[in-house]
Amino acid sequence: MGPRSQEPIIRVKGLNVGFGSKRVLMDLDLDVPPGQVTGFVGGSGQGKSVLTRAILGLLPKQSGTIEVFAENIDRLSPAERRALERRWGVMFQGGALFSALTVKQNIQAPMREYLKLSQPVMDELALLKIKLVGLPPDAAEKFPSELSGGMVKRAALARALALDPELLFLDEPTSGLDPIGAAEFDDLIATLRATLGLSVFMVTHDLDSLYSICDTIAALADGKVIAVGSLSTMLASDHPWLRTYFHGKRARSIVAPDHAAMGAQS
Amino acid sequence: MSNSMPAEPAFSVESDGETLRLVLRGAWTISASRTLENAADALAAAGRGAARVAIDFAGVARLDTAGAWLIDKARARMAAGGSATEYRSLDSDQSLLLREAAYAPPAPEAKGKRRPVVDFLVRLGKWSAMIAGNVVTGVSFFGELAAAALRVIFNPALSRPTSMIYHMESFALRAVPIIVTINFLVGSIVEQQGLYQLRRFGASTYAIELIALLVLRELGVLLSSIMVAGRSGSAITAELGSMKMREEVDALRVMGMAPIEVLVLPRILALIFSLPLLTFIADIAGLGGGMVTAYVYEGISFQAFITRVQDYIGLNTFLVGLIKAPFMALVVGLIACVEGFRVQGSAESLGRQVTISVVNGIFMVIFVDGLFAIFFAGIHY
Repeated sequence: MGPRSQEPIIRVKGLNVGFGSKRVLMDLDLDVPPGQVTGFVGGSGQGKSVLTRAILGLLPKQSGTIEVFAENIDRLSPAERRALERRWGVMFQGGALFSALTVKQNIQAPMREYLKLSQPVMDELALLKIKLVGLPPDAAEKFPSELSGGMVKRAALARALALDPELLFLDEPTSGLDPIGAAEFDDLIATLRATLGLSVFMVTHDLDSLYSICDTIAALADGKVIAVGSLSTMLASDHPWLRTYFHGKRARSIVAPDHAAMGAQS
Repeated sequence: MSNSMPAEPAFSVESDGETLRLVLRGAWTISASRTLENAADALAAAGRGAARVAIDFAGVARLDTAGAWLIDKARARMAAGGSATEYRSLDSDQSLLLREAAYAPPAPEAKGKRRPVVDFLVRLGKWSAMIAGNVVTGVSFFGELAAAALRVIFNPALSRPTSMIYHMESFALRAVPIIVTINFLVGSIVEQQGLYQLRRFGASTYAIELIALLVLRELGVLLSSIMVAGRSGSAITAELGSMKMREEVDALRVMGMAPIEVLVLPRILALIFSLPLLTFIADIAGLGGGMVTAYVYEGISFQAFITRVQDYIGLNTFLVGLIKAPFMALVVGLIACVEGFRVQGSAESLGRQVTISVVNGIFMVIFVDGLFAIFFAGIHY
């Protein structure tokens, strides 16, 4: 994989984003370490998606700098920008698969755009991605409208992986999946991280995912990142929102058994 | 960039006694594109015929799933050629990657014999069945609509006046500027031709009757209907279609609200009330266009123009145009709603149904106008 620099793969400094008079992100700072799975949590409407969209360049920002792969995304020429976009893969919450294309064509869309590969090899690679994300081979020829919710997620991940990106953005990857499917999805992301040296930036609410695959967790509240660190840091934090989040009823199953026992007694 | 561009995928061949060693180097990643593909093909060719082949990963700078897949595919081809193959100097990441992206021969596709004649007949049959299906759904939809209309008539509390007024605003009020413009223009253009042709017989004043008859009987209602089919028909189809795509129609249904009452009836009623209003405005605008042209080309005063129209054009001419309007509205609305509900999951299908809605809407407007022409001729009205 070559030497991994410890330079953060995403560095956000003093980011301000707002809509009209409403400010969503206020002087937000965030460093995402490379080669790790970073889970990003926050209450609904706190701006998790806004931050993700700002990093991806889908939302204008009022001020602040965003660096991805140690490059300031505002200072890139259109060609450099395209080269950068090729190095990341994005999986949207609803999948955002192109509804007029089959799953296979969806996966091949970025390959066609950026690479010159022969059709048989593109077909093989698309089928490989389909296998990697755990879809049955016959899903290749299906249209997104013919897929179940879980299959749409997997197909969207396959498309995000089409160019073997270095950085993967996942927006609520396990929402809408059954617990078994969600666990498989977590394993899949862990495997991909291990094999591809992938950095993953994952917006999630799934406590199991946070527990099982996230190396780092960042929490967003009131337009700022209130804590960054491992799960144990989060559990030890006494910020009221984090306490509710990680020690609430739904969190009991993931924290260590003694925590759970304490929770049951109180 | 922290990591400089790694070298292109390549390999060297070393003979090691019995074993042929293929030493890989460079970045075997998908960004190498065609180079990667060619390197993998060359790899398979290099190993062909050797009794034992070892693929050495010591010099591989980067590897991704595409590279792993193609290398493993090359290995599988050597193995199929009778070579004993093995990997050497794999680090743990690479062996994991090779396991995840292990080559699996594609499942042989079931290739049936191509029978062009049968295929054509199959397509023709499917197409005919689709047309028949369209007729059936159209008729059943009309029936549902009539039933819903009856329910509303006997129980006016079910009617949705707010929704209807809201749609009338977009179908009628917002269409006024364009309707006025096109009818004024068409009125003046037709009048100009009429004047030129009739002037040769010294009968240019008859051009006034010509334009009044044409605008009131046909042009006003026809142009308005076509404009409404293009403007509002497409909007209805797109609205209903995207609502269907996002399961909003199903949501209505499970909440006990009939989509036909909630969505279709207000829109169709709004169209039925809007189109006569638009037709009236179109008539006035068309006559206005003729009047201006007659003044400019022939010096006929507005007063004279209006008097002549009053003297020679009966109320029936005006009514013939106006009576057609609600029927046109019904046709356009029905087609737009049926096509809207026929939208499937994809954006492409939405586009297709909107196109069909507009094209069929305009066609049916002209067809219905023809039927009316025969009917009015039959009753000498």
